[in-house]
Amino acid sequence: MKKESGGSALIRALADENVDLLFGYPGGAALHIYDAIYQQDKVQHILVRHEQAAVHAADGYARATGKVGTVLVTSGPGATNAITGIATAYMDSIPLVVISGQVASHLIGTDAFQETDMMGISRPIVKHSFLIQSPEEIPEVVKKAFIIAKTGKPGPVVIDVPKDMTDPNHLFDYQYPKDIKMRSYSVPSEVEESNIEEAVSLLEKAKKPVLYAGGGIIQGNATEELKKLAKIMNAPVTNTLMGLGAFPATHENFIGMLGMHGTYEANMAMHEADLIFALGSRFDDRTTNNPQKYSLNAKKIHLDCDYGSIEKIINVDVSLNGDAKKILNQILNKINPKNIDKASIDLWNNEILNWRETHGLNHDLLDKKFHQKQILPQQVIQSLYKSTNGKAFITSDVGQHQMFAAQYYKFDEPRKWINSGGLGTMGFGLPSAMGVKFAFPDADVVCVTGEGSIQMCIQELSTCMQYGLPVKIINLNNRALGMVKQWQDMQYGGRYSSILYEDSLPDFVKLAESYGHVGIKVENISELEERMDECISMKDKLVFMDVYVDPDEHVYPMLEAGGNMSEMRVSKTKKTF
Amino acid sequence: MSHISILMENQPGALSRVVGLFSQRGYNIDSLSVAPTNDSSLSRLTMVVKEEESVISQILKQLNKVIDVVEVQNLSDVESVSLEIAIVKLKITEKEASKIIESAFPIVGEIINHKDEFVMIKLIGSNHEVDDFLLSLNKQKFLEVTRSGLLGMGTGENFLISESETTIEY
Repeated sequence: MKKESGGSALIRALADENVDLLFGYPGGAALHIYDAIYQQDKVQHILVRHEQAAVHAADGYARATGKVGTVLVTSGPGATNAITGIATAYMDSIPLVVISGQVASHLIGTDAFQETDMMGISRPIVKHSFLIQSPEEIPEVVKKAFIIAKTGKPGPVVIDVPKDMTDPNHLFDYQYPKDIKMRSYSVPSEVEESNIEEAVSLLEKAKKPVLYAGGGIIQGNATEELKKLAKIMNAPVTNTLMGLGAFPATHENFIGMLGMHGTYEANMAMHEADLIFALGSRFDDRTTNNPQKYSLNAKKIHLDCDYGSIEKIINVDVSLNGDAKKILNQILNKINPKNIDKASIDLWNNEILNWRETHGLNHDLLDKKFHQKQILPQQVIQSLYKSTNGKAFITSDVGQHQMFAAQYYKFDEPRKWINSGGLGTMGFGLPSAMGVKFAFPDADVVCVTGEGSIQMCIQELSTCMQYGLPVKIINLNNRALGMVKQWQDMQYGGRYSSILYEDSLPDFVKLAESYGHVGIKVENISELEERMDECISMKDKLVFMDVYVDPDEHVYPMLEAGGNMSEMRVSKTKKTF
Repeated sequence: MSHISILMENQPGALSRVVGLFSQRGYNIDSLSVAPTNDSSLSRLTMVVKEEESVISQILKQLNKVIDVVEVQNLSDVESVSLEIAIVKLKITEKEASKIIESAFPIVGEIINHKDEFVMIKLIGSNHEVDDFLLSLNKQKFLEVTRSGLLGMGTGENFLISESETTIEY
C-alpha cells in the first residue's frame, strides 16, 4: 500500500472518483496540494484567470455531462472569489465539489494572512461542507462530498483544507472507501403506491392538463419518461428556464417556456389548466407570478426529489417526493391510455394552438421585422439556431440576451442549454462555455452574451487561448444594460440610471484579437447570416462576434407583477389585462 | 407556536447550520437550548418557534435537509411534557425570598445562593408560569434572570432516537 500525504491523498481521491479535470487557481494555503498535482498525471488542472470562473467552468462541465464538477482554490480571496460561483450552482442544484485551501489549523481564528472563515461564509450556499481535521480523514471526506453533491437534490459541497493537513512530510496508508456510513443523510425513499394511484387518477381525469417540467427532469435523466407520458396523454408540455431541453422544443406537444418571459400560449395554458403536473420544477416565483392568483382551477401534482420544495410556495393535491425517473416509470406502468379523456385534450390542444397563432413568438417577430431598421436580437438567435442546426451547446449570461436565447433557440435535447437560472449571475456564460468545451471538444459550444455580462469574466479569453478552446461568443451588443433599461423604460419613466457606457466600451474585435482570437463585428441585417455561418464554421478558433442590435428592443411577453399567469404585456403597447 | 426537538451530530459547525437556517430563511426562534445527550456524539436541541403552521411545516422540512441533523420531532404534534428552568437574582432577604417561593405555586422554587444582600432562586415551571412569576416581582428588587428556554420530550413511545446508520454505496 503506497503511503500518501494529505495533499497527495486529496488528489488521489479525486482520481479515484474519476475526476479528469480540476478547475482552479493556486495560492499559499493550497501549495502542498498543487505540488501533489504536479507529481501525478490522472487529474488535469485547468488554470483560470479568476476563481469565480473556475467554479462556473466546473459548473458548466457538470451541467453538460451530468458528472460532478471539481474546483480547487486557495484560502482568503481565493475562497471568497469562488463564492458567487458556488451560490450560482447552489441555486440551480448543480453537483460540485469545491476544495479551498485554509491557513494552518493553529492559525485559524487569528486573522492570519489570507484567512477567511470559508465554512461560515459558504454555509448558506452549500449543500454541505467539511473542515478537514486530520489528514487521515481526507479519503473518506472526499467520498462523502461526492456522494452528497450528486445524490438526492444535487448541490455544491465545500471541503476546507488547512495547510497543515496537506503536509508532505506526514504520510499515512491510503485507502479509498467503497461506501460510506452517514446516519444523518438519506435520499428519498420509494413513493407509496397509493400516491402513484392518486396521481394517475388525476392524470386520467384531466381535460386540460399541462406537464410543467423543470431542471429536475434533466438532472434526474427522466426526459424519455416525460416524452412517453406526453405521448400517452397527448398533453401539452411547457419547460421552465432551467428545464429547456427536458422536452424537445420542436415536438408538437411543446408549448414553449413558461413564466416571466414565457410564451403567451404557455402562460395562458397554465392559467386555464384543470391539472398541472409539476415535474422537477419548484414553483419558482418567476414561473407562478402571484401565488394567491396562481392557476386557481387546476388540481396540482408535484414530483420533486426535494421534500422541502413541495408545498413551499403552492399547495398541491398529490405530492411525489423522490427520483423522477423511477416515479415516472411507476406512473407509466399504472396509467391506462383508454381512461384518458382524449377528446377533451384534443380540444384543449386546439385552444393552445389558437393562442400561439394569435400571440405566439413568431407572430410577434413578423410584426417587428416589418418596421425594423436595425438587427433585432431575436434574429441573431434565429440565425445562430440555423447555423448550428439547433445542435449546439448554448451557454448564456444574464439579461435580455438570455431570455431571447431561451425563447428562440429550440433545444431538442437535455443538457444543451446552460444558464444561471436561479441566481442570475452575470459573468457565467464564458467560463461555463469553457467547461462544456473541455467535456465536448468536438461539439459547437456557443456563449450568448451581452456587452454588459461578457465584461464580468472577460479575462477568461486568456484561459481559452492557453488551452485552445474554440468556443464562439455571440455578443448581443445594445450598448446598455438592456434588461435594467427595459425595467426603467416600463416602470421608472425612462430615467436611465447607471446603465449607459457606450463611449467607454472596448472594441471587442481588437480585444479578441489581442488575445490571439478572431473578432467579427456585424452591424447590418444583410450580413448577419453569412457572418454567423462564417463564425460557426471556424472550428479551431475562438470567435468573438460582436453584433450591434436594436438598443430599444424589449423582451416580451412579460408577466405583470402581482397578477395571475394570464396577465401579460405582449408588446410595448399591448397587454392582456 | 411550535416546540421542536432536534437530534444532531455533536460536532463543530452543526449548531451554526441549524441556527443559520433560521436567519437565512427568515424564521424567528423564540427560545433555544442545546446540550449533548447520553450518546456523546449527538446533541439534542429544543427550540420554540412562533410561526404559522404552514411555515412550521417548511421549517421541519428544511431542518431535515440539514445534513448534520439526524432526527426532527415536532413536540406540538405528539403528547409531550415541557418545562423551563430559570435562575433569578433578587435584592431581598432570605426570609422574603422564602415567602415569595411559597406564594409562587405552581412553580417549584428553591433558594440556591445567598451572598451579601442578594438571593438567587431556582425556578422550574412551564414557560407561561415562569413569565407570570417574573412579572409579579418587584422591579426595584429584581436584578437579573437567566432562562433555559423550554425543554421538552414526547411521552410514552414518542421517542426521538437516532436510527441506525445508513450505508450509501455509489
